[in-house]
Amino acid sequence: MPDNLVSADVAADPDLVLDVLAAPPAGAAPGRGAPASAAAVTTVTTPVAPASASTISGGGGPRRRLAAGTPLGRLVRRPGFVLAAVFVAFVIVSGLVPSLFTSYGPSATSPADKLRGPSTTHLFGTDELGRDLFSRVLHGSTLTIKATGGAVLIAIVAGLAIGVISGFCGGWVDGLLMRVVDVLLAIPILLMALTIVTALGFGLVPMAVAVATGIAPGFARTTRAEVLRVRSQAYVEAARTGGASWGRVLLRHVLPNSWGPVGVLAVLDFGTAVLLISSLSFLGFGTPPPAAEWGTLIAGGRNYLITSPWLALLPGLFVGLVVFSLNHVARSLEEVQR
Amino acid sequence: MSTAPADSTVRPPAADPTPIVALSGLSIAYRQGGQLVPAVEDVDLAVAPGETVAVVGESGSGKTTTASAILGLLPAGGVVTAGHIEIAGTDVTAAPERVLRALRGTVVGLVPQDPMVGLNPTMRLGTQVAEAVRRRGVDRRRAPAEALEALERAGVDQPVMRARQYPHELSGGLRQRVLIAIAIAGRPRLLVADEPTSALDVTVQRRILDHLAGLVADSGTALLIITHDLGVAADRADRVVVMRRGRIVEQGAPAQILLRPREQYTRHLLEVAPALSHAGRVVPAHAEAPPAPEVLRLDAVGKDFRLPRGGAERVFRALDEISLSVRAGQTLGLVGESGSGKTTALRIAMGLEQPTRGRVLLDGTDITGAGWSTLRPLRRRFQLVHQNPYSSLDPRFTVAQSIAEPLVSYRVGDRASRAARVRELLDQVALPAAHAGRRPAELSGGQRQRVAIARALALSPELVFLDEPVSALDVSVQDQILSLLLRLQNELGVGYLFISHDLAVVAQLAHHVAVLRAGRIVESGPAAAVLSAPTREHTRELLGAVPGQRFAAELAAAATPGATPGAPRKEG
Repeated sequence: MPDNLVSADVAADPDLVLDVLAAPPAGAAPGRGAPASAAAVTTVTTPVAPASASTISGGGGPRRRLAAGTPLGRLVRRPGFVLAAVFVAFVIVSGLVPSLFTSYGPSATSPADKLRGPSTTHLFGTDELGRDLFSRVLHGSTLTIKATGGAVLIAIVAGLAIGVISGFCGGWVDGLLMRVVDVLLAIPILLMALTIVTALGFGLVPMAVAVATGIAPGFARTTRAEVLRVRSQAYVEAARTGGASWGRVLLRHVLPNSWGPVGVLAVLDFGTAVLLISSLSFLGFGTPPPAAEWGTLIAGGRNYLITSPWLALLPGLFVGLVVFSLNHVARSLEEVQR
Repeated sequence: MSTAPADSTVRPPAADPTPIVALSGLSIAYRQGGQLVPAVEDVDLAVAPGETVAVVGESGSGKTTTASAILGLLPAGGVVTAGHIEIAGTDVTAAPERVLRALRGTVVGLVPQDPMVGLNPTMRLGTQVAEAVRRRGVDRRRAPAEALEALERAGVDQPVMRARQYPHELSGGLRQRVLIAIAIAGRPRLLVADEPTSALDVTVQRRILDHLAGLVADSGTALLIITHDLGVAADRADRVVVMRRGRIVEQGAPAQILLRPREQYTRHLLEVAPALSHAGRVVPAHAEAPPAPEVLRLDAVGKDFRLPRGGAERVFRALDEISLSVRAGQTLGLVGESGSGKTTALRIAMGLEQPTRGRVLLDGTDITGAGWSTLRPLRRRFQLVHQNPYSSLDPRFTVAQSIAEPLVSYRVGDRASRAARVRELLDQVALPAAHAGRRPAELSGGQRQRVAIARALALSPELVFLDEPVSALDVSVQDQILSLLLRLQNELGVGYLFISHDLAVVAQLAHHVAVLRAGRIVESGPAAAVLSAPTREHTRELLGAVPGQRFAAELAAAATPGATPGAPRKEG
C-alpha cells in the first residue's frame, strides 16, 4: 500500500511543478524564477515554453547561471540604470587614471588663457590661473573617490560589526550598542564630521573617518534589523537543531541573507558620502589648496560666480550627477531585488 | 449551529432566475516574460441567489484566479482572454474600475484567505468595519452603530469592546470573524470566501464555517467557497465544482460528487481527504501499538511564561505537569488547538526551551538542564521538521546544501560521501536527483517539505519531531507527505513525535495519541482507543470538527452495502 501511494505521488510531481508555474500566486512578481524564455542571457537550450523549461533537468550549472543571470538581465534592460552605471564607471576610471581623459595637468597654469569659457579645447573652461577645469575635476575625482571609498568601507565594516553583534547577542549588549548609535544619529552629520576633522587634523584620512562616523549608524541599524529578521527564520532554528554552531549559522545563514539591503544602502551612502566630502572640502576642511577637490573647486569658483559662472556650476553639476547616478543605481538594485 | 443534516437533497435554487454571478467560457492568462500562460480555461459557473457553491482544487488549479476575476481584482499581469463575467445581469468583463468599485462590497463581498494579513494593523477594528459600511452609502454618524451590528452578526463576542481593539489583540479565529464582518457590512448578495479557514484550527474552522452557513441561510446571501479540501466543500455546499489546471473537471450536488464521482481526479481528491477516505470517519492507521522501548520521556513537565507587568496574572502556565513518552519506531500524536501548549511541549522536548518543572529523559538520561554543547552530541539522535516549509529552508541554499547541512555541522564524511548520502536521501523522500541543484523558490510546498524531511533524516536520527508538518499544505499534498512519513517509519524504524491540530491527520500516523488542552493532557492512550472510543468531551469535539462528515452514513453504506451507518458523532 505505501509503495503504491508513493508511485502515484511521483507521477503527480511534474504536474505539481507545472501547476505552480502556470498560475503565479497573487503576491509573486510575475516572471520571477519562472520561464527563462524571454531572457536572452539563458544558456538553456530549448526555452520554448514555461512547461518545457520546468522539465529541463536542473543539474547545477545552467540553472544556477540562469538564476544569477535573470536579475542582471532585467537590470541591463533599464536604459536609465545603464546610463547611470556607465557614468559612475567613467568617474571611477577617470579618478584612478585621470590622464586617460585629459592631456592638461591639474596644476599647469597658463595665465594667458585664464577664465576662458567652456569650449572644445577646455571642456569645462579654465579658472583664474588658466588651469583646465575639466582636468582639475577629474583629478579631484581621485581624492574624492579615495575619501568616499574609504569612508564607506569603514562605515560598512563598523556598521556591519555593530549591527551583527547587536542583533545576534541581544540583551544588554544590544541595548548599549543601540544607545550609542542613537546618540550618533542624534548629532547632525556635518557638525560631527567638522568636529572630528578638527580634532584629527585636516586631510584625506581624517575626512574619511569623519564621514564614516556619520553614516555608520545607518548601517548598524539596517544590519541589526536584517539580522533580527533572519535570526527568527525557521531555517536558522533548523540549522541549530541540525547541530550547527552559532558561528556557522552567522556565516552561512545570517550574513548572506541579510546583506541585500545593506548592499543597497552602501551604494546609496556612496552618494551621501560624496556630498559630505564635497561639503567638507567646500568648507575648507579637505586637502590643502593646491590639490583639486570637488568641494574646493566649487568653493573657489564661488568668487567668480557673476563673471565666470561655469567655474562653480560645472563642478557642482558634476557632483550632482555623480550623486544622482549613485542613487539611481541603488534604487534599481533595490527594485530588482524585490 | 450544526452541519447540514445528512440528507442528500439539494436545496432548490431560489425563485430569482438571474444568477448573481455568471461566468461563461471564461479564460484567464498571466503575462509572463512576453507570453500568456493560461491559468483558467473555459470556465462556466453560475451562482444563484441564496445558493452555496464550493470550488475545490489544488493550489495552481485556478480557483483563486477565478474568484479574483469575479471581483475584478486580477493580480498584475492577469488578462481575461475569452468569455464573459456577468454580475447581477450586467457584463463586467471589460468594465472600468469605477463600475467594478460600485459592485465590490455591495454586490460581491470577499472574505480573504489569511486573517493574519487581511486587516490593517494600524486601524481599530470598528473603523475598518465602518469603512465597509460607509461604502454602502450609510451616513457617517450611523456607520459606527452599523459596524457594531455587522461585528455582532459575524459572531464576534463583545462587539463594543472589539471595535476599539487593534488586529494584533485578537486570535486568528476572531480576526477571520472580523473579516467576515467587513465582508457582510456592505450587505452583498454574494460572499466569496477564499480558503476562509485554511490558516485556522479544525475546531475554529468548523465554528467559522457553521457561522457563515448560518448567515447565508438567514439573509439569503449566496456563498462561493474556495477550498482545497473536498471535505469542507461537501459539508457546506449545495453544489461542488471540482477544478484542475484551470478547467472544471466535474460539478454537481455534493452527495453525487462524493458517492458517485465520475472523474478519476475527483476520486483522487476523495481518497486524499483524511475523513472522506474512511467513509467520513476518523480511523486510526495503526489498530494496535506493539510494545517498544521508550526513547523520549517527558516527566511531569510544566512551563510558565512570565507575563509583562500590568496584567492581573504574573505568569502564564503554558504546560501543566504533562507526561509523554515516545517509543522507538512508533509515533506519538500530540493533538490540540492553537494555544494548547503543544508547540511548547515539543520545544522543551527538543531542548530549545527549558521546562519550569519536571524532567526530560532521553533513553533514561536526564537532559533537562543540558546546555547546547552537552546536548549537541545527543542532537544527532533527534531532529526537527518545521511547520512551514516556506521558511524552514534557507532561500540561498540549494536542496543538496540544505540536506547536507547537518552532515557538515557534525563533520560526517567527506564531500563525496555527503553527496552520495544526499542522493540516497533524495531517493528516500521520492524527489528526483536532478532537484539537488535547485533552490527552494523553484520547488512547490510539498517538495520543500520533502527536502526538510530529508534534512531531518540526514543524521539517521532515532526520533524525528514533526511540528504540524502538513498544515501549510493542500489536502492532496498532505496525503503524499503523510504516506511518505509512514513509509520512512517502516523502512528506517524512526520514531515520530507528531504535532497537529487535526485528529484526522494524526490518525494516519499515530500509534499513541495524547490530546492537549490549555496545557493539560485531557486524554491519552493507544490511537485505536482514543480515536474510536473517546472518553472526553474535548476529544469528541476535535473528532467532530474533522471536515467531510456530512455524508458519513451514506459513504459507509456505499462502502459496505447493508452495514449500519457510521459511529455516532457529536453535533454541535
